[in-house]
Amino acid sequence: MVEKSGTDRERAGVPNAAETAASAADLWFDSEVLPLEALLMQFLEHNWRNPSDIPDLRQDVYVRVYEAALRSVPENPKQFVLATARNLLIDRVRHEQVVPIESAADLDSLGVAFDAPGADRTVSARDELRHLQAALDRLPPRCREVVILGRIEGLSRTEIAARLRVTEHTVSRYLSQGICMLADILHGEPANIRRQV
Amino acid sequence: MSADHKRIDPDDINAQAAQWIERRDFGTWNSGEQARLDRWLTESAAHRVAFLRLNSSWKRTERLIALRAPSKPSVVEPKPKRNIVGIAVLTFAFVAMVAGGVALRLSVPQYKTYATALGGHRIIALNDGSRIELNTDTRIRISDAGAQRQVWLDQGEAYFQIKHNATHPFTVMASGNRIVDLGTSFLVRKEQSRLEVALIEGRARFEPSNSASQHPTVLASGDVVVATPDSVSLTRKSQRNLAGDLGWRRGVLVFDYTTLADAAAEFNRYNRQKIIVADADVARHTVVGTFPATNVELFGHVVQVILGLRVEQHKDEIIISR
Repeated sequence: MVEKSGTDRERAGVPNAAETAASAADLWFDSEVLPLEALLMQFLEHNWRNPSDIPDLRQDVYVRVYEAALRSVPENPKQFVLATARNLLIDRVRHEQVVPIESAADLDSLGVAFDAPGADRTVSARDELRHLQAALDRLPPRCREVVILGRIEGLSRTEIAARLRVTEHTVSRYLSQGICMLADILHGEPANIRRQV
Repeated sequence: MSADHKRIDPDDINAQAAQWIERRDFGTWNSGEQARLDRWLTESAAHRVAFLRLNSSWKRTERLIALRAPSKPSVVEPKPKRNIVGIAVLTFAFVAMVAGGVALRLSVPQYKTYATALGGHRIIALNDGSRIELNTDTRIRISDAGAQRQVWLDQGEAYFQIKHNATHPFTVMASGNRIVDLGTSFLVRKEQSRLEVALIEGRARFEPSNSASQHPTVLASGDVVVATPDSVSLTRKSQRNLAGDLGWRRGVLVFDYTTLADAAAEFNRYNRQKIIVADADVARHTVVGTFPATNVELFGHVVQVILGLRVEQHKDEIIISR
């Protein structure tokens, strides 16, 4: 007989220590780490030959950074993210022994070049709207149309499907694609490594 | 062999995270779905970071709603309408819209008024299956005009659980702001010069009174809008805090490190006997716990015992001092 009571136990309404750590890490990741994405991508591109590995590397950096924040939230996000990226690249090179790192130690110069990564967070609502509109314009036509109906007209999946005479599954696929592509665009992924979705 | 071969494809995780967001925002969503998402998010840090990343940029795009073709003529006005005349003008505009813009109707709109007294609590069940719960000292008017589903919150606080109907959206007017249901339950609290809208479940659209300078926003679960005559701000509350805000539905007030000043103000909304906090130092004490909303005496007793403060009971007031 296997006792399963441990996993079935009802969760108490009060958040435990792990949940508190997770919400602190979430908040920190959202407000401090994600705005550094353009800088991180620049760093990865600069130091890694194969562009198709970049989204994968970015995800790994985020996982390492987030797991560290669960233990304790790092003080200097920019230094921490770039140091994590550098360590990851070094690990990869040791493992795979294919791609040499050109200037993985070149953190300081990068740091100076991108001294105000949070600058666009202080833009006016009007500029932000223009920026979002430009991002929307970069989506493929069909995907863009669906996102407009969902996001601007406020229609549900079912309503969009009826309007465009396509299946809900198709609508759902375009919406998911839009969510992914807008993340790449808005978090500042350089245009030359736009991902195929 | 490196560990990389065992790693799950990050594009796949990304796609899954996007599907969760898509389902949450465009499909049918309930607490069961939310629990499944929560479970997925705790499965691995890779899931969580992918979701946080997509959700953060997707939330930013909410502003795009400003590009929607205006549903009402936007009038450039230096000051938001906020008086009785303003409400009358909006009501009139609403009536004109009902008439399809064909003719100006001069009749007064038909509505029923519902109200609660101090400490009162009332549930109104509508024919369409929607429910409105009124908190203490609250007054609402419900439109009687056929299929139109419109409510005015004139005073106090109300919790709306709305049966969504895309062709007849349910709208709540409060302080000139408009809240349009998109499949939802939400809490609206009106004070002298402050309006708070908390989205409990589903989605709703918030259209600020001063539409010339403020854009409509789509609210998701946990979003809280605070509108004053000159500003509109959006914050988020945890499910736990939202549950606390709804404590009055079971007749209780929930305090979570609430200052004595705020706790006293809360109790005073429900009771004739008012709590008076004697000085600023005393007001800064914080309280945690759940109290019956109409039992001021019990609260006074707890403050006396736990915080070690002096509590004087009078007929019309309770004075808390050092």
